Amino acid sequence: MSEIAIRVRDLGKQYHIGALQQNGRFTYKSLRESLAKAASAPFRIVRSMIERDRSREDDSDRTIWALKDVSFEVKRGDIVGLIGRNGAGKSTLLKVLARITEPTTGRAEIHGRLGSLLEVGTGFHPELTGRENIYLNGSILGMKHAQISSRFDEIVAFAEVEQFIDTPVKHFSSGMYLRLAFAVAAHLDTEVLLVDEVLAVGDYRFQEKCLGKMRDVATTGRTILYVSHSMSSIQTLCKRAIAFSEGRLIADSNPQDVIAEYIGGNLGNIHTEPPDPTRPTITKAAVTLKEETLLLSIEFESPFALTPPVFGFVMHNSLGTPVFGTENIAEPTFPPPEPASAGRFEVAIPAGNFRPDRYLISLWLGDRFTDYYEREMILQANLNNAVGGGLPTDRNGNIYLQTDWRYEVRKPKGRSQA
Amino acid sequence: MISSGRESEPQHTAFTDVAFDSIPVMVIEPSRGWVALKLSELWEYRELLYFLTWREVKVRYKQTALGASWAIIQPLFTMLIFSLFFGKLAKVPSDRIPYPLFCLAGLVPWTFFANGLSQASNSLITSSNLISKVYFPRLTLPLSAVMSGAIDFAISFVLLVGMMAYYRQILTLRCIYLPLFFLLAFVTALGVGLWLSALNVEYRDVRYTIPFLTQFWMFATPIAYPSSLLNEPWRAVYGLNPMAGVVEGFRWALVGTNTAPGPVIAASSFAAVLILIGGAFYFRRMEKTFADVV
Repeated sequence: MSEIAIRVRDLGKQYHIGALQQNGRFTYKSLRESLAKAASAPFRIVRSMIERDRSREDDSDRTIWALKDVSFEVKRGDIVGLIGRNGAGKSTLLKVLARITEPTTGRAEIHGRLGSLLEVGTGFHPELTGRENIYLNGSILGMKHAQISSRFDEIVAFAEVEQFIDTPVKHFSSGMYLRLAFAVAAHLDTEVLLVDEVLAVGDYRFQEKCLGKMRDVATTGRTILYVSHSMSSIQTLCKRAIAFSEGRLIADSNPQDVIAEYIGGNLGNIHTEPPDPTRPTITKAAVTLKEETLLLSIEFESPFALTPPVFGFVMHNSLGTPVFGTENIAEPTFPPPEPASAGRFEVAIPAGNFRPDRYLISLWLGDRFTDYYEREMILQANLNNAVGGGLPTDRNGNIYLQTDWRYEVRKPKGRSQA
Repeated sequence: MISSGRESEPQHTAFTDVAFDSIPVMVIEPSRGWVALKLSELWEYRELLYFLTWREVKVRYKQTALGASWAIIQPLFTMLIFSLFFGKLAKVPSDRIPYPLFCLAGLVPWTFFANGLSQASNSLITSSNLISKVYFPRLTLPLSAVMSGAIDFAISFVLLVGMMAYYRQILTLRCIYLPLFFLLAFVTALGVGLWLSALNVEYRDVRYTIPFLTQFWMFATPIAYPSSLLNEPWRAVYGLNPMAGVVEGFRWALVGTNTAPGPVIAASSFAAVLILIGGAFYFRRMEKTFADVV
């Protein structure tokens, strides 16, 4: 019993969206309207009795289940990655576990103190100094004053803002601001941590620093639920991943398998769609491998002429990282086609430089200035070229280039010996 | 296997100690109907309450050029206008005290109440980013909003003492009752603030009614005129306005009006406590929807 840190059973969260949408736009309820409706209620009832009006008012509560029947358990010390598209329910799950919003059904248990990082810099006020904001933000996150004081120097050192700690935060650069915000959050001392995509901001160096800190935190025996879109960080930090889709849990296993399922277990190398009378569409897309060349062809139809038709594609590796992409108007040797409302593109991609991997292809269609149609990672091509010397792609990249090497033996210049 | 047959229990979260490990266990379940106030959790988060209050005060004083003097300017100028039009020109009676003093003694607690009320009513909307990202008892927000007005109150109180010196009014022993009347104003501001802040999250047009509400309320309170204008029993009924008790009591404790405000104060205290308790329960009941709607 004491081994379990998080236990979730049949958790569900329902949102009512119908009554608050007028003309498709979200509007707040107003007291004036509610009172007016209440006041006219007796009249409406009488009228419906007299007139037998069958038409319903659109007060219908359209509801969506942001989470449905989610159940899983996390042992103490586990680091579990949560992945899924935007809107799949991962952030809602964290919100429910963090008690920010209540579940509609089900039950969850958290053993141990809980700290949640759903955003960095919550509560930061631009008029207050860095020092003041550290105490304020730390307090908001649940740290006690004594705790913050004891870790104050560590926090400032991690954020590298020693010089500016007593200037108002509004004078900080955005990088300093983020570093400080993350530094406070990173020193949360709780047994269970919920982390939501907070590493997705900041420059590369900052992200590396945050990842490093997360790795350190991971070794201290804390239980962590980590939501991210970065497949590589999930693979690095987590031994277990859970995938969500439309509010439901669809996979729960080691990161490699879950990522494969999430990124698209059922992709083929042909995709067809019926043409849409309202917008340009790619009606057929196919990719085939002929010896050392990957042939990608598409056919499109558009209700209006595209001036000129622009087709672009991006190849992603199995982690979803873009590896190579281009579009017809970026190619210097290919003249832009005449305006047209239907056509066919064929692209020959030299495949000999790609390391073995499962490649996913995203497609775009538009004209010079606008993208009208896109499909992310909709086709799949397995390339098994024997290039790259068998080096793994997550560290060495997917592209292999012929490089010229030279070597000769030299005498060490360091110590003079007899 | 955890059974979910307890869904009808009105339990949201609970901290219980697991005997053999003494690790706090938190249970998260849907709540139904009225929710407990959980004042103990509010106490646990007292440091946050302090920081939020401190933030309000600090920011207010850093930002405005007038800073601390704003706490004096508001009641002072109102007093001047009232003294001119009600005191001198309309010759409103003032219980045998100089009119400006009579009026200011009411304005000082009133300003605290009115500002606390409007700050509290907007507190949830203003801190919507906190509400949607972090857990803490939401009661701390309106509470810190009212508390942050205490500093302004203290500053304007100094003005009041200054005015008393000017009119050579001496402080009697009755002034030990002053903290009680301050508390009554606090309770009223908080109580109404809880109702309004919860309503404001759900119905966004509520915040536009607040200036009108405070204006109207000010004239329904015996600041510019004494409550002795009313005969009994109307005067006691009139005391159901909690601020009537605050203002009359404040004046009585400070400058000693001879119109015993006992029944007025009793009625006011009763009304204030009722509003507070009702407001607190309504707030807690609506709290579960805040993060979704704000």
